[in-house]
Amino acid sequence: MCGIAGLIHKGKTVNIGKELQDMLQALKHRGPDSTGFALYGQGNNQGDYIMRFKVGENVAEGSSAVNEDKSVYDERRKQVDKHIRDLGGSIVNDAQLTPYSFRYCIKYDKDLMEFSKKIESVKMTEILSLGKSLELVKDIGDASVVSKQYGLDKIKGTHAIGHSRMATESGVDIRSAHPFWGYPFSDVSVVHNGQLTNYWNNRRALENKGMRFMSECDSELIAVYLAQKMRSGASLEDGMQDSLKELDGVFTYLVATKDSLGMAKDTMAAKPMVLYESDDLVALGSEEIAIRTLLPQEIDTYDPYDGEVKVWQI
Amino acid sequence: MANLKNSKSKSMGLHKEVLTGRTQQVFFNPEEAENFFYYGAHDVNFNKRTEIDALDLTAAQLNDKLHSLMKEGYGSVVVKNPQGKHSLGVGILNKLNLIFEGSLGYFGVGSIDGPVVRITGRVGWSCAENMMAGKVVIEKNAGSCFGAAIRGGDLICKGSVGARTGIDMKGGTIIVGGDAGAFTGFMMQRGRIIVLGDAGINLGDSMYDGTIFIGGKIKSFGSDAIKAKVTSEDISWLKRKLKVAEIGSNFDFSKMTKVVAGKKLWNYDALEPSEKKGAI
Repeated sequence: MCGIAGLIHKGKTVNIGKELQDMLQALKHRGPDSTGFALYGQGNNQGDYIMRFKVGENVAEGSSAVNEDKSVYDERRKQVDKHIRDLGGSIVNDAQLTPYSFRYCIKYDKDLMEFSKKIESVKMTEILSLGKSLELVKDIGDASVVSKQYGLDKIKGTHAIGHSRMATESGVDIRSAHPFWGYPFSDVSVVHNGQLTNYWNNRRALENKGMRFMSECDSELIAVYLAQKMRSGASLEDGMQDSLKELDGVFTYLVATKDSLGMAKDTMAAKPMVLYESDDLVALGSEEIAIRTLLPQEIDTYDPYDGEVKVWQI
Repeated sequence: MANLKNSKSKSMGLHKEVLTGRTQQVFFNPEEAENFFYYGAHDVNFNKRTEIDALDLTAAQLNDKLHSLMKEGYGSVVVKNPQGKHSLGVGILNKLNLIFEGSLGYFGVGSIDGPVVRITGRVGWSCAENMMAGKVVIEKNAGSCFGAAIRGGDLICKGSVGARTGIDMKGGTIIVGGDAGAFTGFMMQRGRIIVLGDAGINLGDSMYDGTIFIGGKIKSFGSDAIKAKVTSEDISWLKRKLKVAEIGSNFDFSKMTKVVAGKKLWNYDALEPSEKKGAI
């Protein structure tokens, strides 16, 4: 089933981590396997890249990942550090958040695709996000568990999207969890509720164009698809409009960039989305109860229609 | 269960059809008083009124509370702070004046048979699914599958509704003051849908029977849905219904489009037996 949620404050910075945590916790019944946050924070004020990455999987109860000796994580991290230096980058600061996941601030001014390919050549290593304001965190457990584990409730920012996942056609692990980073574009993330039926055809076509897939989750296709569209010069909104014609299946998805948040609903309108829109806040959720965590008072909401694409700016 | 051979309704000749196959013949004897009441239905007094605050109640707790109040004879209940929770007010099988001050989530007031419900906010997916009788009025918007599989009653949304409104409906009337989404009237079998605004793609797709009236633009017709002539009887009925619904008093009925089933889609006579099986 899965639940998705997003919010964007216009011209205001708030405790975005806590707000999204509350929204996703309200949607826990739609997907308790894993939870993911894409938070658009304030960066590190120096204009450096923030890279969130993992060098292994969470093998806690419920995970479908293969258990590994934790000693391999240190070795993989050292290889990542070396690759960053070899590519001409420098690590401004680093933090180990769990035995397998890290947050680095990096000075780097060259091609992100080349950078990402090199980093991800290290075994089991995946860049969860790379950007100047995006902080993408996903792990096994509900929103409260993941938020506490990574200290997300203190992150301030303008907008965010998130996902509570019920694993269906792929495993219970971090690599299959949402959101997906729009590799290799900085600050692009996607969450999705639905099923894509032409996943493999599109995946093969995109792989032939040099794009990478880290999971076998159909939702990853949307992130890679939009990234490829933007790489070819399309605007985010145009890419989203094209997705309604070219992606087959039933879906509602949210996409965020460093200064915008968008939503798209397929032409069958088979997946839910409730929308609240005011002059200073837009909030969306698979169910209204997610929005109610932000706005308990009586509000006007509606379901966007079939084939609808909307994009809001901060 | 009544005795089949001595059934009064049978002796009156009310059951002439012969049912075969896996269908069971079950008849009610009008002399058996218990057959006129649902298990869980209550005799209530409309003058007995009370309020419930749903803020800290789960859906199950609120529904239990409603049934307890009806059992005590309360006939008018106001529910405050429903907060978009799911499955509130379901399974009410008797007369009741029920007011929700706020919005409901999914499956609100489903499987009801008799109450008059007013919801001051919006409703989520599948509001009043399988409703059998009564009247439900929503002051704001509604989500998808509005009035799915309803059998009777009046279901009214003063705002706009989502996709698949009236899907599989088998009776009753759905009235929408605003627009309706894709696949409105999808596979409907009986009943009427009135939309004063626009309709989305595939209107009336695969409908078996029933009638849809659209006041605005129609994005596209679904398979086997066709236009029909709006008669003076239709307009007379529409006026009455919209008055009951408290909307559209100044509506220009000359703009109304009537949509019915072409009744071609389910004619499989030209198919080979193996194709028939696939089609079914």
